[in-house]
Amino acid sequence: MLQITKTPKCYVGGKFIRSESGRVYEMRSSSGDFLANIPLCSRKDLRNAVEAAASAGPGWAGRSPYNRAQILYRIAEMLESRFAELAHATSEREVRATIDRIVHFAGWADKYEQVLGSVNPVASPHFNFTVTEPMGIIGILAPEDAPLLALMTLVLPAIVSGNAVVALASESQPYPSILLGEMLAVSDLPGGVVNLLTGSRSELIPTFATHEHLRAVSATATKAEATTLQQGAAESVKRVVIHAPKTDWFAGIHDSPYAIRDFVEAKTVWHPIGS
Amino acid sequence: MPAKKSRTQARELLFGDLWEFDPAPESAPAFIEDRYKLFIGGRHLAPKSRKYFDSISPRDGRKLAEIPVASAADVNSAFAAAKKAFASWSKLPGAERGKYLFRIARLLQDRSREFAVAETLDGGKPIKESRDFDLPMAAAHFFYHAGWADKLDYVAPGRTLAPLGVIGQVIPWNFPLLMLAWKVAPALATGNTVVLKPAETTSITALKFATILEQAGLPPGVVNIVTGAGETGAAVVNHPAAAKIAFTGSTEVGKIIQRSLAGTGKKLTLELGGKAANIVFDDAPLDQAVEGIVNGIFFNQGHVCCAGSRLLVQEGVERELVARLKRRLATLRVGDPMDKNTDIGAINSKEQLDRIKALVKSSVDEGAEMHQPKCKLPSSGWYFAPTLFTGVAQSHRIAREEIFGPVLSILSFRTPAEAIEKANNTCYGLSAGVWTDKGSKILKMASALKAGVVWANTYNKFDPGSPFGGYKESGFGREGGRHGLLDYASLRPCQVRSEK
Repeated sequence: MLQITKTPKCYVGGKFIRSESGRVYEMRSSSGDFLANIPLCSRKDLRNAVEAAASAGPGWAGRSPYNRAQILYRIAEMLESRFAELAHATSEREVRATIDRIVHFAGWADKYEQVLGSVNPVASPHFNFTVTEPMGIIGILAPEDAPLLALMTLVLPAIVSGNAVVALASESQPYPSILLGEMLAVSDLPGGVVNLLTGSRSELIPTFATHEHLRAVSATATKAEATTLQQGAAESVKRVVIHAPKTDWFAGIHDSPYAIRDFVEAKTVWHPIGS
Repeated sequence: MPAKKSRTQARELLFGDLWEFDPAPESAPAFIEDRYKLFIGGRHLAPKSRKYFDSISPRDGRKLAEIPVASAADVNSAFAAAKKAFASWSKLPGAERGKYLFRIARLLQDRSREFAVAETLDGGKPIKESRDFDLPMAAAHFFYHAGWADKLDYVAPGRTLAPLGVIGQVIPWNFPLLMLAWKVAPALATGNTVVLKPAETTSITALKFATILEQAGLPPGVVNIVTGAGETGAAVVNHPAAAKIAFTGSTEVGKIIQRSLAGTGKKLTLELGGKAANIVFDDAPLDQAVEGIVNGIFFNQGHVCCAGSRLLVQEGVERELVARLKRRLATLRVGDPMDKNTDIGAINSKEQLDRIKALVKSSVDEGAEMHQPKCKLPSSGWYFAPTLFTGVAQSHRIAREEIFGPVLSILSFRTPAEAIEKANNTCYGLSAGVWTDKGSKILKMASALKAGVVWANTYNKFDPGSPFGGYKESGFGREGGRHGLLDYASLRPCQVRSEK
């Protein structure tokens, strides 16, 4: 009996979309057999995804940390329930590590503030404290390897604090991101908080660099790509965090609140102490 | 029976020019040299360029000293010295590094009046501000960070702070010595070495600071000071030996620096411009708000990146507040910054004065209504009377562009939501002020304002332990507190120490 093959679609604004450009690129197995057509997203798709993120962002940031924690944990549950399928697209080791990382960051949602924030002992009679706030919309460029784990390693620290993200998946191994989108769609994560695009890095990097509504970019990038990103970012004083292409995504160092720190602003509030 | 409420307004005690203040000049010597040298590798060196420029006192337009122009070759020597010093400085036990910083703090306190006078002569700010704010705060920054130097394992749980290397630092002219302290203290506490370039118009206290470093016995090369204009700054920023650049200044220059560092892998923190909203609700204590507004915009002649240059006032109290502000403005004393009674001193440079005048003219042309109190400005030097604009629209240049002068734009709002929208309607996000008696409104506003520092029922307060820095195009990174330290270090996993 002929198998019903799936049309891979990107997950943007809580919906499954093809590229507005109508373009696709072929995904083939290691032996060269045709598997599916992957959307070749355009700059317009990226801008649409930023809009989706902009409308979802404030609501997500307004959720209680406890609620965000539970939703992130729910993502781990969804991945676990489709473990075999994901492992087939990547590897058992990678899916295991990804699920563990999701659970790790789910736990941070209502804790990182106590690590990153502070009450400041100022010399004048003021109550003075510093809290963190999400930056807004974060652009993410996943590396080519570890297409599930690396993507989530970059996405999780951004969304745990209430940011929304627009991520470009591994160009050569996009399929795990397609599966991930399907799992996010059933995870209670509000649509538009994580937007996953597939397509060409070189085509989209300039727009990631200059789009002013992306307040930060977290990118695995070569030196040349980093230069483009940082030059474009300067137009709007955008924050850019660069990861080396040869990063070991399995390493425990990624389980850290300091990755969350890269995508929050510190806000200091002063108030006089009454006399 | 209760007393009848009088219908006539309370009379004001306005004496006009009846009693003039006697001059109260600060007379302590500033010990300014005729000609300065660069401070590189612990030595005072003449610039290889052999060029000098005059440092002019904005107070009277007179020449104070000749400042060396550091060429690319001089900057290169400074980086070589800093790199050499880094090898031993970064390995010095934290407690020992801390002792040097404690010494620097104490020496600054000892010579605080001398430095305050020099700061006022060179920069034009009122002596009462340099004496009571800049100097004590600069010393406090060194004292605060001194104590961190041996506690770097306790800044970030699970990590320790490792120094980055040589830090290139470029600072502005509005708080010359204080900005030096903000930059140098955390860099040294975390084990880095420094090449610092002060602003062109205010180099004197930085060069004088070299003598403090000598008195403290700081190892040569740990701090190097190179002076000059934009070209020298570019040589510092683009030097390949810099591990990190820390810049405070205009957003325009900040963007140039960010662009030029692209792809270099250097770390960067930027503390840039602002256009802060100071928001007054109708339930605010108005007299306190007036003091806060005046402090917010006229402190340091408005040469403050976090100045509250946009006053947003709720409609119900707009008339009353503006009237009280005008009355308060009439009592501000504008003039010789060396006079201890002066509230508003000299504008830092002729260039800056021209910029302020141009922006003020554009606002008049755009239809905003200007108010300036009657005040006699000194005949020589650069001065600008405190200025209010009413009838300002959000689209006016004066409501959008950083003016960096004693000029306040007044806009009104009806609801908290409108105040939030107007306050956040700017590319900047450095600071904001909120005035209301209602606690929940303060917290609501504080969380809705996109600004790195929010002053509630106060304004322009600073402390070495309190992180300062902006959102959006006001830059990134924080200075002060634990947050500031993290920006001068890389985080390494803590190593388990073997017990003896």
